[in-house]
Amino acid sequence: MSFQDRYTLAYKTYPYEKSPDQDLDQPVRHPVVVAGGGPVGMALALDLALKGTRVLVLDDHEGIGMGSRAICFAKRPLEILDRLGCAQPMVEKGVVWNLGKVFHHDDLIYEFNLLPEGGHKFPAFINLQQPYFEKFVLDHVRALQADGLPLEIRGKNRIDAVEQKNDRAVLTVMTPDGPYRVEADWVVACDGASSPIRGMLGLGFEGEVFKDSFLIADVRMKANFPTERWFWFDPPSGAGASQLLHKQPDDVWRIDFQIGWDVDRAEELKEENVRRRVADMIGQDVEFDLVWSSIYTFQCRRMTKFHNGRVIFAGDAAHQVSPFGARGANSGLQDTDNLAWKLKLILDGKATSKLLESYDIERIHGAEENILNSTRSTDFITPKSEISRVFRDAVLALAQRHDFARPFVNSGRLSVPCTYDGSPLNGPDALEGPARTRPGSPCPDAPLDGGFLIERLGDRTGADFQILGIDVDVPKAFEAHGIGCTVLSVSSKGNETLRERYLGDAESAVYLIRPDQHVAVRWPAWDADAVRAAIARACALEV
Amino acid sequence: MGKLNTTRNVTRPDDVYALLIEAHEGKTKEESDAFNARLILTLMNHIGDEEVIAEALKLAEG
Repeated sequence: MSFQDRYTLAYKTYPYEKSPDQDLDQPVRHPVVVAGGGPVGMALALDLALKGTRVLVLDDHEGIGMGSRAICFAKRPLEILDRLGCAQPMVEKGVVWNLGKVFHHDDLIYEFNLLPEGGHKFPAFINLQQPYFEKFVLDHVRALQADGLPLEIRGKNRIDAVEQKNDRAVLTVMTPDGPYRVEADWVVACDGASSPIRGMLGLGFEGEVFKDSFLIADVRMKANFPTERWFWFDPPSGAGASQLLHKQPDDVWRIDFQIGWDVDRAEELKEENVRRRVADMIGQDVEFDLVWSSIYTFQCRRMTKFHNGRVIFAGDAAHQVSPFGARGANSGLQDTDNLAWKLKLILDGKATSKLLESYDIERIHGAEENILNSTRSTDFITPKSEISRVFRDAVLALAQRHDFARPFVNSGRLSVPCTYDGSPLNGPDALEGPARTRPGSPCPDAPLDGGFLIERLGDRTGADFQILGIDVDVPKAFEAHGIGCTVLSVSSKGNETLRERYLGDAESAVYLIRPDQHVAVRWPAWDADAVRAAIARACALEV
Repeated sequence: MGKLNTTRNVTRPDDVYALLIEAHEGKTKEESDAFNARLILTLMNHIGDEEVIAEALKLAEG
């Protein structure tokens, strides 16, 4: 049976090796199988394995794909990766940026600064080619595997069939040596926007398709453009209806050209044609190398439910957005953050599969937010009706001279972490505290003891909860319903940032924080019964 | 300048802009033009102040 690659590899990091499982008559049972070794699948596998769960990753390729693809990684995903232990090399290699500029023709009409406040370990965004991101995660996995990390990756293992049983899924896996079967308590499908597993289960993926296409060119050049995101409506070069210029590491620049719906893809992708567009934009006398190019169209859509029986969907497999706003990979990484601790508690018998309902609720909430924002950006960039274009052009014309029109200019609203307002896991807010740390919020960072608060919250190696006491007495340790809590007791004295972000006008606070660093509940003082009840609620336990 | 507020005054610009575009969905050119005329007249009444309206008309000239 032929086994063709669908794309070229940047790094052949996990070449096919025959597993002893393939020769057994009975399929081997695994707690978790992750389908797909992309950024989302590998981050989830690492998270679960760090928590002590045995994970098998099945990937139909033998390593990391070529092409820069996802290039913008936001602060919250970097914090998640930091919890997993591999954010530092990404920040060191990545290009840090905060400033965005929007032009209409030649005129600067709008500017935004993404991180006007201090006290964060991580920047608002880094730009990093996706293969680097994946390589840093994989290097970290390889280093930990040497110390016994229970994570196995099998390359050129393609899932061809999924059979759902009551307590497990049975996968038929194709390899260069023929098919074999694998059983799993849980399968997490991180197999991308065209998810074969979603297709095998006959599950829908509804939404909106936008009738335009974009040509991406990654160009290596020595240029003096600043490290900012530059977006043009109706650029003076005429090389596209809109253009985006963004810096990546290694002197590589990402350029996007909006080229219309009815285009001859093969013709547009010819090297001489891509080079002509680039030269029209950057100037005919600027020397450059063409590193990578691709044409994409885009959709905004999601699954109705993110899990079905024993199969759970994460990342692009569950939801897809247009690229304006960097909400694809960034939201996929937030899926893994949300799922890992829940799955760990379920596998350990400390919670039931009822907890998975909250994965759907919280991450569908996140997907809806991302779809709404990226749909609006796309409608602004590629107006879908004549009247929509009339208003868009009016905004652009007014924005140059009048401040009031600038907030309407929408070239992408960039990814911010999702607050799980209304989640069934949240308790009622019992503190008159700041809105940004209300139940459901991801904990905002703050300086602490010469380091950062974010490093001391959440659970890297398990699914323990976190109790954060500020200016109040809390016990040294706590446990409820078999779920442990680590306790951090801090003083806000001399720490204005912490006070502002976690206390506001309150004199003291106790926060119950989930393993994924989201606030479950908060109170003005310690109350053991309330904390016990809140832990049960946050784990969907019937008590 | 005069009394017209030209600094940002809308709390959630994306929501308001989406309301406007959605209101036009499915309308023909003629229907959209008529809709815009009714909308402008309604907003003019809300503003009330002739001086402000005159300034806005001037601003829209570009």
